[in-house]
Amino acid sequence: MISRKQCFTSFLGLMGRDLRVMRRELMPFLLRVGMQPLLFLFVFTTVLPRVSGGNPMGGGNFGQILLPGLMAVAIMFTGIASVALPLSTEFGITREIDDRVMGPIPVWLVGVEKLVFSALQCIVAAALVIPMAYYIPARPVVPDLTRWPLLLLVLLLASFLSSSIGLVIGSKVNPKQIGLVFSIVLVPITFLGSVYYPWAQLDSMRALQYAVLINPIVYMCEGLRAAITPAVPSMPWWISVPALAASLYLIGRWGIQSFVKRVIS
Amino acid sequence: MTQSIVQIESLTKVFDGKDRVVAVDGVDLELHEGEIFGLLGPNGAGKTTTIGMATTRILPSSGRIHINGIDVVKNPAEARQRIGVVPQFNTLDRSLTLFENLYYHCRYFAMGHGEAKARSIELLDQFLLAERKNAYPAQLSGGLAQRLQIARAIAHRPRVLFLDEPSAGLDPQSRLAMWSIVEDLHKEGITVLLTTHYMEEADKLSDRIAIIDHGRLLALGSSEKLKSIFGVRTVYELTLKSLEGIEIAAGQLRAQPGVESAEPHEHGLRIVAEKTDGLLPLIVEATKMQGLVDMRMQGANLETVFIKLTGRDLRD
Repeated sequence: MISRKQCFTSFLGLMGRDLRVMRRELMPFLLRVGMQPLLFLFVFTTVLPRVSGGNPMGGGNFGQILLPGLMAVAIMFTGIASVALPLSTEFGITREIDDRVMGPIPVWLVGVEKLVFSALQCIVAAALVIPMAYYIPARPVVPDLTRWPLLLLVLLLASFLSSSIGLVIGSKVNPKQIGLVFSIVLVPITFLGSVYYPWAQLDSMRALQYAVLINPIVYMCEGLRAAITPAVPSMPWWISVPALAASLYLIGRWGIQSFVKRVIS
Repeated sequence: MTQSIVQIESLTKVFDGKDRVVAVDGVDLELHEGEIFGLLGPNGAGKTTTIGMATTRILPSSGRIHINGIDVVKNPAEARQRIGVVPQFNTLDRSLTLFENLYYHCRYFAMGHGEAKARSIELLDQFLLAERKNAYPAQLSGGLAQRLQIARAIAHRPRVLFLDEPSAGLDPQSRLAMWSIVEDLHKEGITVLLTTHYMEEADKLSDRIAIIDHGRLLALGSSEKLKSIFGVRTVYELTLKSLEGIEIAAGQLRAQPGVESAEPHEHGLRIVAEKTDGLLPLIVEATKMQGLVDMRMQGANLETVFIKLTGRDLRD
């Protein structure tokens, strides 16, 4: 049998490889994860308040609403991009994944490594939003970090969840159509995901308010709101956290299964 | 008594779906430790599927594969430790340099940093790639990429090396270089299973050869043995200007004593004969109407064995 220690060493080898590749592409990584929150904060909390003679949306605490939302978007975007995009080439014509799945560890662990590595990137991406929200808006947004255990839990769950979604997409979708997936999956889930408004404020549109509950990014935003911006109304954490955990369980399993199936025919 | 290292028993793979395909149909094989074994067959014969199953990438529909005593289906991760695979296509990691391709491969196989580094440097030297160690795979010619793939496949010192169509897409010079690499590895004692649809490759490299077509093994043995059993006949390959009335000509030839078969195909006629004395003028005479453009005669070689067994040319 393969010993646990050996499995762990192989796993670290896979992580090492991904880290090496990322170090080489650090600038593109930072641009990818930083551009959207940067521009969003700039336009919505600096430009618009000035040009429209007041806050266009959400009143004076729009920055507070936006910070958790942008963190969730950063997590979602990074999770999907950092798993699905490389996978689409690795499963594509070059089959570059071959060498990694031919190592002496179970194939599902190779999938888990993809999730772990991507989740780390998600957390970095989410953390990058915090200083941006402090420096860019006219009125600095300061997160309340007193509930850090909840923040950590939500960050972890959200990061693994978005990476799992990336794993499903990367394993299931034909590499040629990966760009399309970004427009038809990522765009709607971020726009209809309580990113730019708290979920509770949807109460004037009941149908939409309930329909968006199938969208996992809603729980990411609301969980983060409960953790770092308690002044903004949010879903109680005992709803958002279990919802994130359940989605992670289901989508994570689906992702790993799809990955293994794609590798072994 | 040679020890067997790979055992394949009643191996079958059926791809279900719209068009059900039986890619491998009850194959039995046994590889002896230290031999080079050639799996010879046309494209679509089931060679790659067989290798895919032996290397844990494809799940068999039925049958068993053991490598060094390990059940490949039940313990794939453990089996992978004992095998090296050079797939048909270039699967080098495009994001890593040549050195890193080897280094991380060693890390995947649980070597520590120092050991992985030393092994990678050793392999780069052995395969004459040291100068290009900081290049990326995309900058390599097909021959060099193939060399790196072989180096990578043996980096963790496997017992069995699988080479799937190793000379596909290589220029003749790189092919010769690849052959000499395989022969060197053979001398070091590694067992090699290679698939090919080049006769001369199978003939030159393999200790034993299995001929496979439509997922079934048709014959197995050393090249000499196969030639002596199946290859006593001579094959006349005729290229004709026109195929008009070809059936009459073929019929005339079939009636000759010693002629085993005379089959028209799209370019002309293929005659398989046991006795050749005096046959040549008869062939020329019989095909006068069709206009004989070219004729090739082959004595007992692997190609004639193959034609005899499968009823077709490898290039058909």
